[in-house]
Amino acid sequence: MSGDAPRLTRQDAAYVARLARIDLTEDELELYAAQLASVLAHAAELGALDTEGVEPTAHPLPLCNVLRADEERPCLDRHEVLAQAPAVEDHRFRVPRILGEAP
Amino acid sequence: MTPPPPSPALELAARVRSGEESAAAVVERHLRAVDELDGELHAFVTVLHDEARRRAAEIDADAAAGRDPGPLAGVPVALKDNLCTRGVRTTCASRILEGWRPPYDATVVARLRAAGAVVVGKTNLDEFAMGSSTENSAFGPTRNPHDPGRVPGGSSGGSAAAVAAGMAPLALGSDTGGSIRQPAALCGVVGMKPTYGTVSRYGLVAFASSLDQIGPFATSVADATALFEVIGGHDPLDSTCLERPAPRLLASLDEGVDGLSVGVVDELVEGTDPAVAARVAEAAEALARAGATVERCAVPEVRHGLPAYYLLAPAEASSNLARYDGVRYGLRVEAATVEAMNGATRAAGFGPEVKRRIMLGTYALSAGYYDAYYGQAQKTRTLIIEAFARAYERFDVLLGATTPTTAFAIGAKVDDPWAMYLSDVCTVPSNLAGHPAVTVPFGDDGAGLPVGVQVLAPALGEGVLLRSAAVVEAAAPARTPPRVRAV
Repeated sequence: MSGDAPRLTRQDAAYVARLARIDLTEDELELYAAQLASVLAHAAELGALDTEGVEPTAHPLPLCNVLRADEERPCLDRHEVLAQAPAVEDHRFRVPRILGEAP
Repeated sequence: MTPPPPSPALELAARVRSGEESAAAVVERHLRAVDELDGELHAFVTVLHDEARRRAAEIDADAAAGRDPGPLAGVPVALKDNLCTRGVRTTCASRILEGWRPPYDATVVARLRAAGAVVVGKTNLDEFAMGSSTENSAFGPTRNPHDPGRVPGGSSGGSAAAVAAGMAPLALGSDTGGSIRQPAALCGVVGMKPTYGTVSRYGLVAFASSLDQIGPFATSVADATALFEVIGGHDPLDSTCLERPAPRLLASLDEGVDGLSVGVVDELVEGTDPAVAARVAEAAEALARAGATVERCAVPEVRHGLPAYYLLAPAEASSNLARYDGVRYGLRVEAATVEAMNGATRAAGFGPEVKRRIMLGTYALSAGYYDAYYGQAQKTRTLIIEAFARAYERFDVLLGATTPTTAFAIGAKVDDPWAMYLSDVCTVPSNLAGHPAVTVPFGDDGAGLPVGVQVLAPALGEGVLLRSAAVVEAAAPARTPPRVRAV
């Protein structure tokens, strides 16, 4: 499959942009569809490798379940953290409505 | 053979510790260099005049009171602006973090302060460390001190340029696919990516968590080693940080390479510029003269490193960068619903390369493509690790180029993502394997632009890595000083 450039339509790009929660313009969708296809064409050479029976590597270290002692310790200051937020109400992050109902 | 380059960081620390020079004077001199040079180079996004002066005064007070001011007493350090500094804006060169002041210090920043180092500023980078030229910065590009018409490399281009121009003797960067080594090579300084897990990533803004590693920039191998000693060692705040004490390698740095075996990797030399290949061959000869057994070797699997990297890193990035949603910090573009607010915020806050990588990573992880792209890239990663393991059965260290070319012109590769990604072809294999590697300046390309030679070692092989690097450094031709530099 080496060199076999995948076709990526503007609609595919729009679907991916939606998954990634980025509002892209028509021009951007056009550009990224072409550029993604060109990068994926290079990635296609990996498809030609024999990986039968090869385990995937997700991480360079063989670590699992790193635990610390269950001891109380100070955490970040709530006011300092909330002071960074774009909008706050009653010591909580304020966001626009999530569900469809009227406010 | 020329004398080894000076180690300004170790020398400054010795002077401050002995009382020969005050930390205040050292810091003032470097701040002046920043003020004079950075208008042209744009290595910094934030300069911390007041904080640096305050810290220098504290160190001088400590020394006067007989308290040990630390191994890096009074040494100015520049920090890549993806390392969190409490109360000081940390931008990642992105609009989306506008106004954000981290409520905590990265572990490496806390360790630097405890060692007496003085943070003089935060350096420019490709947005979220995604790039190879520092052109993808919301604040505009950094320029190469050797030729301001050229890029400094990236993504830690600001840190590399700051050290090359003498604005700070030390800097920290992060290396996900070469982001320390590639700019260090292009700017003619030493840059090291330590073994994954030897330096805490707590407080490093995440790009690709299985690949990211913090490491030092310096003008000499000894200075880089001293900085690695200060930042390394276990940290309970990073669950991927190895349970090992801080490295102690300076004392054995001059032990040489007599009896070691060195493999010159065909795939890390072929396809590079002739001048770059020639410098690697000369460095190999120098190692042989110093008593190492030097042989060519083939590690064909590393050729697949670049395509595997450009699936794995964007995939991890697409997940890590999901946190920039306009809710808890940074930019928010208001909209009627949360989803609309997320989409509008991310559209306005991210630059083109970050959007491109999030798109690429999201696609590689999406239903129907996961096995073909992400899964296959993970298996390729295993093949590369196994190939390195076979090479290290025969060799103690490997040698190759750091970058295929010397510094390229600003703007030359911005419209062709794959051409830009090719800058990382020699560096990504070490990240995929989690291994340490270091670039050492070794002559130039005949036109005055620096060339870097890369030494690679197996996991936790920093001792043999840095000893070999010191031998290469001692054999390097006299360096051409950068055109823009502190005098």
